[in-house]
Amino acid sequence: MARKILTEHINVPGIETFEVYRKQGGYTAVEKAIKTMTPEEVVEEAKKSGVRGRGGAGFPMGMKWGFLAKPEGVPRYLVCNADESEPGTFKDHYLMKMIPHLLIEGMIVSSFALGANKSFIYVRGELMYVIHILEKAIEEAKAQGFLGKNILGSGYDLELVVQPGGGAYICGEETALLESLEGKRGNPRNKPPFPAVKGLYQCPTVVNNVESISNMPWIINNGGEAYAQIGVGRSTGTKLISASGHIQKPGVYEIELGLSVEEFMNSDEYCGGIRKGHHLKALVAGGSSVPILPANLIMKTANGEDRLMSYESLSDGGFATGSMLGSGGFIVFDETACIVKNTWNFSRFYHHESCGQCSPCREGTGWMEKVLHRIEHGHGSMHDVDLLVDITKKIEGNTICPLGDAASWPVASAIRHFRDEFVWHITHPSEASAPGAVYRGDMALV
Amino acid sequence: MEETKPQLFKITFDGIEVEVEPGTTIMQAARKIAEADESQAAIVPPAMCYYKPLPASGGKCRACLVRVAQGSAKDTRPMPKLVPSCITQVQDGMVVENTTNEAVLEARKGIVEFLLINHPLDCPVCDQAGECHLQDFAFEHGSAKTRYEEERRTFEKEDIGPFVQLHMTRCILCYRCVYTADQITEKREHGVMNRGDASEISTYIKKSIDNDFSGNIIDVCPVGALTDKTYRFKNRVWFSKPEDAHCNCDKCSGKVTLWYRGDEVIRVTARKNTWGEVTEFICNTCRFERKKTSDWVLEGPTKVKRSSVISANKYRSDLVKKPDFALKLAATQFKNIDDSRPYITDPETIRNQSIENNDKANHRSLLNQNN
Repeated sequence: MARKILTEHINVPGIETFEVYRKQGGYTAVEKAIKTMTPEEVVEEAKKSGVRGRGGAGFPMGMKWGFLAKPEGVPRYLVCNADESEPGTFKDHYLMKMIPHLLIEGMIVSSFALGANKSFIYVRGELMYVIHILEKAIEEAKAQGFLGKNILGSGYDLELVVQPGGGAYICGEETALLESLEGKRGNPRNKPPFPAVKGLYQCPTVVNNVESISNMPWIINNGGEAYAQIGVGRSTGTKLISASGHIQKPGVYEIELGLSVEEFMNSDEYCGGIRKGHHLKALVAGGSSVPILPANLIMKTANGEDRLMSYESLSDGGFATGSMLGSGGFIVFDETACIVKNTWNFSRFYHHESCGQCSPCREGTGWMEKVLHRIEHGHGSMHDVDLLVDITKKIEGNTICPLGDAASWPVASAIRHFRDEFVWHITHPSEASAPGAVYRGDMALV
Repeated sequence: MEETKPQLFKITFDGIEVEVEPGTTIMQAARKIAEADESQAAIVPPAMCYYKPLPASGGKCRACLVRVAQGSAKDTRPMPKLVPSCITQVQDGMVVENTTNEAVLEARKGIVEFLLINHPLDCPVCDQAGECHLQDFAFEHGSAKTRYEEERRTFEKEDIGPFVQLHMTRCILCYRCVYTADQITEKREHGVMNRGDASEISTYIKKSIDNDFSGNIIDVCPVGALTDKTYRFKNRVWFSKPEDAHCNCDKCSGKVTLWYRGDEVIRVTARKNTWGEVTEFICNTCRFERKKTSDWVLEGPTKVKRSSVISANKYRSDLVKKPDFALKLAATQFKNIDDSRPYITDPETIRNQSIENNDKANHRSLLNQNN
């Protein structure tokens, strides 16, 4: 059995209540941090642990905390980004509904480290029942003196606010989230200034993912160095992977970073292999926005090394032959999946979720979706494929926030690795547009 | 007391060195170069959403993207992505490439294309034509052909009040009118509704925009999305003659430009500077109600500094690449005329035949309707 940090006690009955969570060793990190450590020491432990942002970008959390500006007399805020809406990613949802006190404990420790007296958990609007679970847990923690005024007699005050979002994907972008939290339209801000300098209400703010913050209690209890021992290289610790698609056992799994992709996919402890009688065709390793990889590039990198579930190994080879760990949305496609249809579906999502603020993303995502729709439904022409590649190039890197990149990477990578399938859709329109039709040409299956 | 002079930053923009104060944006540095030497006007990045008199505007249209080849004298690394010049502040020793960089021009071409794919291209009937920033931008950086084959998006027509005409299909969502309403009026009554490419400028539940300075959203609009209802379809911009004038107004500065057709004032606008920006906003009384020469003290003809592509006579036929798709279409649809038909001279037969053809045509259209 691999080591578990976040999900160790997740199946204990009643873990969502304060008593059971406390009995399993909960809130010891708050006691340790507030009674025996200074905020700087907590930040130092986070830096030592090397834990990287679990929301997708993989930026070291301790370093992010280190950037926080600390002007005199200005409040600082910690905001937890629980607006998880990436297609294929559902780990934060699982974590919050199963073990809400873990997040709250992490929030208390992290807020203490950053000197924030008011912290926010921004939960996506669709998860109303999770918001109720969190609010109940906050009430319990408050009643036990772990939240509110003068926590554990230390003189440190913390108020924790759960804010439902409107259910927009763009509000998962940190500056759009802050705008939304301020009660405005969720448009991403221009950067700089970064939130660490001017964030929520123009005050220094740190925005962290649910999973990143939930790692903090373990890091405080066991030390940052112990956390850094887990994992491989600069990918330290464990990661929740949301596995979905054509596998035997879809679900959320906690893995130690550095596990091989092959083991994760085929071992009975995790995904349990591709569904019976079928073969792997393609894989999206980190949620819909990362590049899709064909079967032959998933198990081994272009150099013939084993592909591991880690930030470095998955991005080995750049975008030509690699992908990204992203937010850990592991979507598996077998040979019955149509890549064109899937790409169109992803593209439709980004078209729907673009905020419409900057022109490349507003117009480009819609254009890509329409062209892909045409190809999928048998009305494509040969120059459409190159047109799509050109549109992705014109969007990528030219937008305010990463949604433009996220919209163009799946399209660009699908054409890069599955161009034959796009061409087949164009040359065989009537076959391709029939329901359930899938390209059966030459391709590597595993 | 001796004033401490701030240290000036030296930057290189397209190979031209300029010294600017810290905190200046790249765009302002480029404009400073062009203001000092008018022959360099072409190096200034285009601005579709940025509007200097409106703080917080900019960064949205991405038309002004430039490449920073050297971040500063201390940190000589280039910036990884193209940056919007309107909101990126200069650093000492920064090296910026605009028209000298192929990637920048390519990206800008992409932006023109994105802005135009859903634009109705109804310039022939648009009041903004001739003073439209999108026309200039498309002419200077766009391509003559479109690769967009889909239907252009449309919006439900909406009446936003007695003075301002909204054409949402022409809007490029620069947010300038939103900032204007935020910053120079007491209460903003319109904003951006919906999301993505369905975003639209609208008032909340069909209210009308009604305040003393609402007319300024017409002047800040870079395209023909917001136009003057009192000037609608009256004249083409390039046929009217602008004159600077002023009056004693208790609400605003009273400094305006009058647009004449003959002796008649057909439009009043605020004065725009070299970069098409209004620095002194005017009230609705000046704009919509004082339309007689006797209301004004004339100062003389307006000096047009940076003219639009139309008035600069850039639409010369040798400069415009004609799209060849019409010719190609004509070639594919070409058919020889069927000369074997009998030549009829009898008027009665012609009349009967034409009635018969007419019936057939009616029948066809009926069939189409029923299907």
